[in-house]
Amino acid sequence: MSFPWAKEYTPKTGLTKYLDEKLPLPRLVYNAVGAGYPVPRNLSYMWNFGVLAGFCLMLQIVTGIVLAMHYAANADVAFASVEHIMRDVNWGWLMRYAHANGASFFFVVIYIHIFRGFFYASYKPPREMIWLLGVTIFLLMMATAFMGYVLPWGQMSFWGAKVITGLFGAIPFVGEPLQIWLLGGYAPDNAALNRFFSLHYLLPFVILGAVILHIWALHIPGSSNPTGVEVKQESDTVPFHPYYTAKDGFGLGVFLLIYFAFLFFLPNVLGHADNYIPANPLSTPALIVPEWYFYPFYAILRAFTFDFILPAKLWGVLAMFASILVWFFLPWLDRGPVRSGHYRPLFRKFFWFGLIPCMAALFYLGGAHAEEPYIMFSQIATAYYFLHFLVILPIISSIERPDPLPFSITEAVLGSDKQAVLGENAEPAAV
Amino acid sequence: MATTTGNPEVSEIAVEDGVRRRDFIEIAAVSAAGVGGLVMVMPLLSQMSPSADVLAESTTELDISALEVGQSIKAVFRKQPVFVRRLTQAEIDAANAVDVEDLRDPQTLAERTLPGNPNLLVVMGVCTHLGCVPLGAADGENKGEFGGYFCPCHGSHYDTAARIRKGPAPSNLEVPEYTVTDTMLVIG
Repeated sequence: MSFPWAKEYTPKTGLTKYLDEKLPLPRLVYNAVGAGYPVPRNLSYMWNFGVLAGFCLMLQIVTGIVLAMHYAANADVAFASVEHIMRDVNWGWLMRYAHANGASFFFVVIYIHIFRGFFYASYKPPREMIWLLGVTIFLLMMATAFMGYVLPWGQMSFWGAKVITGLFGAIPFVGEPLQIWLLGGYAPDNAALNRFFSLHYLLPFVILGAVILHIWALHIPGSSNPTGVEVKQESDTVPFHPYYTAKDGFGLGVFLLIYFAFLFFLPNVLGHADNYIPANPLSTPALIVPEWYFYPFYAILRAFTFDFILPAKLWGVLAMFASILVWFFLPWLDRGPVRSGHYRPLFRKFFWFGLIPCMAALFYLGGAHAEEPYIMFSQIATAYYFLHFLVILPIISSIERPDPLPFSITEAVLGSDKQAVLGENAEPAAV
Repeated sequence: MATTTGNPEVSEIAVEDGVRRRDFIEIAAVSAAGVGGLVMVMPLLSQMSPSADVLAESTTELDISALEVGQSIKAVFRKQPVFVRRLTQAEIDAANAVDVEDLRDPQTLAERTLPGNPNLLVVMGVCTHLGCVPLGAADGENKGEFGGYFCPCHGSHYDTAARIRKGPAPSNLEVPEYTVTDTMLVIG
């Protein structure tokens, strides 16, 4: 971290001095999440979700490795091996429910983390690389979660695999050969199950690597904050430890209470009962939908019901991928000079009354039956979704007049900041 | 942790009993998190122990009504071989002729069989050296220098009572817990 007032790590014992010389791992931790990382003093609980996401990743890796010790990736026995985990393996029920609900809670945390980024425009320079890495992590998470859901080899697993790989079949010319190549067959079977298991085990470690890059990139400009005003001086920051270890620890405790409420009392409420029926290639469930965290994108996929130059199926697939890929361009679509939504009245209105209801609608519609009026609502919500990012955001960020910003984080917190500072915003706001 | 708060306003607050509220909360919170973390380690370790379906295999029943003197059966108990043999009189005599005190693992044949069935020898087919399956239970296999079992891995010789006589194995072939009814042998 680059702030000149960051505390320096000073090893005290002989062992830590030796380590610091040969392998300065304690120094790395100290500077990354210890007292050596100065963090804006005004972070709200919305800034807890990065640490929570990291916790969820570790939770999924640990429980996943345990499950892999007992799971058999073979179409003949996969379903039975999951039941074996539930009934026979010591604490197997806990491990599986922790993993399945852990995936849902990982997505809850990551969605809040992403929408925090939307509201506070955390994607703006100098943090655009953090944002790009974050969207990449989200895409990797989606692939991992999808393949993990196939592994129990229940009805939803099988038909989910069939439908999602069918997306690739929409691509002109190469689509069908590509789909057959992905599955290793004409329908999901042993070959698909085995490769999904292999990749489901691999990708979390790729995510872990991307997370390390994400945090590395974060530590160059330092954390953003609710005012969007950059850190200017030492009084704008506090050391990460103990201030934010304590705050994150409290947030983790609240998170765990909610997570455990689901894990122990509602373990199946976020899943689909149909996935307790073994995969049957000859019978499709009445309502075939993905896990809840994919609903918005599934709604966008299904919104395209008419051919327009290209076939409807291809439009749906393109729109679904584009709905996430558009996030990559946010740092350049949002042209406003101010970051935080707290100081952007117009932006804020379109966030709370445009984007949020739109996403809520897409969440609902993705889980609904593919029939009227849901299809029409999906089409309206999809249209607004793309309008918001591609038209509304560039326009309002160009024309709106932001509210006056505080001179510094210190002023935002304490009400006044008498200290003279050189650089941008050098004139203190009238107090 | 508490020492890092260099805030005089906080550190100078005098509290009854000399315990600061902040220190108490910190110790309580870290202790709760630590105990909770340790409790979570238990399932993570326990999940590797034998699961319920493995434990359910811990009994093996065998019909031994057709087992004649001089014949052996190889059975499976907990996924490991068991040798069941009706000893011939010559084998019993050979086993009893040995001075027990001279053995590496002193046991008489009577100690290794059940009182009502002195000629029925039930032993695990697992060499006590490093766990190979000894030869000698099936016809034509090498029975070793003492007419019982011979482990081909590292050359342990067991006698007719399956006691270690020569080679690296430390103890006699293990006799599992079992009971015998008229026709059935129940191991485990």
